[in-house]
Amino acid sequence: MIRFDHVTVTYPGHTRPVLHDVNLHLVEGELVLVVGRTGSGKSTLLQAINGLVPHFTGGTLIGDVSIDGRSTSTHPPRELADLVGVVPQDPASGFVADTVEEELAFGMECLGLRPDVMRRRVEETLDLLGLAELRNRPLLTLSAGQQQRVAIGAVLAAHPKVLVLDEPTSALDPGAAEEILSALQRLVHDLGMTVVMAEHRLERVVQYADRIIVVPGDAQPLLIGTPQEVMREAPIAPPVVELGRIAGWTPLPLSVRDARRAAGPLRALLVGQPPPLRAVPTHTANDTLVEAVDLTVRYGSHSALRGISLSVHRGEVVALMGRNGAGKSTLLNAMVGLRTGDSGRITTNGKDSSTLKGTELLQSVGLVPQVPGDLLEATTVADECRAADRDAHVEHGTARALLALLAPEILDSTHPRDLSEGQRLLLALAVVLAARPPLLLLDEPTRGLDYPTKLRLAVVLRDLASAGHGILLATHDVELAAEVATRVIVLAEGEIVADGTTADVVVSSPMFAPQVAKVLAPHPWLTVSDVIATIGPLILRTHAPISGGAVG
Amino acid sequence: MRTALQLGARGSARWLHPGAWWVWALGLATAASRTLNPLLLVLIIAVAGTVVSARKPEAPWARSFMFFAKLGAVIIVVRVLVQLIFGAAIGTTTLFTLPGLDLPEWMAGVRLGGPVTLESLLLAFYDGLRLATIIMCVGAANSLASPSRLLKSVPAALYEVGVSVVVALTFTPQLIADVTRVQSARHLRGRATRGPRAIAGAAMPVLEGALERSVILAAAMDSRGYGRRSDMSTQQKRINAGLLTFGLVAACIGTYGLVSAGTPWFLSAPMLLAGLGSSLLAISLSARNAVRSRYRPDPWWAPEWAVAGAGVAIAACFISAAWWLPSGFSTQVDPPTWPALPALAVIGLLLALTPAITAPEVPRMYALRASDRELAGASS
Repeated sequence: MIRFDHVTVTYPGHTRPVLHDVNLHLVEGELVLVVGRTGSGKSTLLQAINGLVPHFTGGTLIGDVSIDGRSTSTHPPRELADLVGVVPQDPASGFVADTVEEELAFGMECLGLRPDVMRRRVEETLDLLGLAELRNRPLLTLSAGQQQRVAIGAVLAAHPKVLVLDEPTSALDPGAAEEILSALQRLVHDLGMTVVMAEHRLERVVQYADRIIVVPGDAQPLLIGTPQEVMREAPIAPPVVELGRIAGWTPLPLSVRDARRAAGPLRALLVGQPPPLRAVPTHTANDTLVEAVDLTVRYGSHSALRGISLSVHRGEVVALMGRNGAGKSTLLNAMVGLRTGDSGRITTNGKDSSTLKGTELLQSVGLVPQVPGDLLEATTVADECRAADRDAHVEHGTARALLALLAPEILDSTHPRDLSEGQRLLLALAVVLAARPPLLLLDEPTRGLDYPTKLRLAVVLRDLASAGHGILLATHDVELAAEVATRVIVLAEGEIVADGTTADVVVSSPMFAPQVAKVLAPHPWLTVSDVIATIGPLILRTHAPISGGAVG
Repeated sequence: MRTALQLGARGSARWLHPGAWWVWALGLATAASRTLNPLLLVLIIAVAGTVVSARKPEAPWARSFMFFAKLGAVIIVVRVLVQLIFGAAIGTTTLFTLPGLDLPEWMAGVRLGGPVTLESLLLAFYDGLRLATIIMCVGAANSLASPSRLLKSVPAALYEVGVSVVVALTFTPQLIADVTRVQSARHLRGRATRGPRAIAGAAMPVLEGALERSVILAAAMDSRGYGRRSDMSTQQKRINAGLLTFGLVAACIGTYGLVSAGTPWFLSAPMLLAGLGSSLLAISLSARNAVRSRYRPDPWWAPEWAVAGAGVAIAACFISAAWWLPSGFSTQVDPPTWPALPALAVIGLLLALTPAITAPEVPRMYALRASDRELAGASS
């Protein structure tokens, strides 16, 4: 179906190729996962499938890419539209029409399908992706998960044989991600579609893949294999695989279900063990950094927040979770005075949040927005740091010194846009921290981050908390929350539905429980490192393999 | 086929053909352009506003009527100010005198300051009101039928142009969203969010974002098959393009000739007909070779005729009434009199109001949320 023959891609201005001598052959009805660090060439590989590389991106492609016998060298992307459907990373960036229904039809109109065929396929697609209720909605008013489904439906309606997706779940809450993935699986199983998907959130997708392509970056040769083969060796793996590796389970479990079957003996071992203690900081009244009382925020007739009361104290890491559109971003914005409450009150560092601005704001609270690049305006990293010092009226070099701690490899002369996603986040963090705000807010910090960067972020956040900062992070990443949070708050429809210590809130929740908790429930162990700390790798090894629980 | 009895029946919610709304709105605008009678102009605005509030969808673009209303107010103020400063005084009721400026001889004919009369101010106000009314009629069409829906109905020959316009249109709301985002980011960095420095600081990231997005959008459209080639020969394409260009230009000249008085006869109706004929020829020629097909084209049924007819009716009423009894249509300002209300104009206005009932209800865009349903249930 997809064939890469000695493909080498070099972008203009670069001496080294992004991909070097790639040979690939993907067959029909396969779900292929492409993994690799940010900037390793994953997107290049995906975009080469329908000829966007090099037709749109520039650069040179040596060798040949052919889809179902059609070569991309002779067929521009539009001539492959009936074969390959591409869903861009940000689904909204590819929307052309006003409403859902028209957007679904656009691709078919371009291909010149008959009106009755189009009508039927639009209805089928609406049902297949659960969009029937949204058919007349303006695209701009949809939530991120709905937009992602519309974007997939829009390419699906044209019945391509290959579907290419770039990080389809990175912006989605766990529930919406599940929906997308099960829809994709249905396409592969029922329609024999070939799906090629890049994704950082391995824990969500690895169980669905038939094969995994690892793009190591630096033009190193690709690694291709079944998930079992790749995961056994991979330096980074989802928690369930790590647990399986430590416990020596064979076959290596890829899903919670497989692991749970194998985990009987391990669970037995945990009975009677004291659950891992997470340092929950004790706090006094004057430790309160932000406090909301009965806060309500409305957008027109729609209430984004309905009577919320909460507070965050020094030394705490609070994870704010909930569906897309549950009001998480609105709450963060209210804390920095970007939104004013319609009733109730909110105080940041003892002052009415909506009155904060300028240096006073910087010294009370720092917010790293969902797109950290928004904060960055200068043309070099050094300039950005100088500007941050000036804004915060702090000693020259403060921001740069912070950045050196967070990300020592970043060079002064780099343009912020040329940094990787994770490096940009750390730069924005350094910029925000320059004024030493006691309260730090992060909106979806792990969106688009690869595993190593995520681990680094977790370490940074824990250090900041122990240095006395209070941290509130809005996130869909249950693994990150399990790793760093001391407290979890769950929002739904603008109301707080749960507020308690991490273990209390997430262990029993099917949506927000991390993989380890799901495997070991009802025991309150949340992360692999917790398990290791309790049982000790030594015991695990001597008893290894702790298996035999898998009953056919 | 629907009958007149079914017009506007509840439960038959659908989108009215955007063309019908535009014909109706342009009919209102034509009527407005024929009169300086402030009473009639205000009534036209009221008709447009009523229909908009009755039949506008719950979409972001539907809010544009208020924007056009504000624009209209600005136009009136500017027109009166211009009259105040530059206009020649008519009438005798001097309200006050502005300090005048003696201009050099080569600028004879231009006046700055001087006495301001009630009559000249009234005339300027009426004139501004007329322009504002026309603008608001366009605004009404804009909120009732989104421009991109109208472009969906354009023939295949104009398709490429149409999609470019659609892309440009989707860009505006995104640009506004970008500006908001960049302003928020500036606030977060403790910088000013208003004033010239803020605008200068925000311009670069906003433009960069817009450019980046346009490239992504172009790539996305291309990968969905936009612009697939048809088998038309180059020569054929050129002939089509030529016919179409001539046709559109001729149609524009013809329309102008019809609307404005004092144009030679051959530049009005015959020109319009020639232009339309040539465009139709080009469109039918290229339709034969079009790759593209159309999804659910809006039908043109009885409600469409009723709405478009209402627009034509008010235009016809105003044009013919202005012909027969011009006094009712140009309110006297010297001396100022209370505007008249010609019967024929009232009939036209009432007819123009009918789309508030005859047009089908717009489909609901949002399914009711569970909590809203509960609320509705609790209150009833």
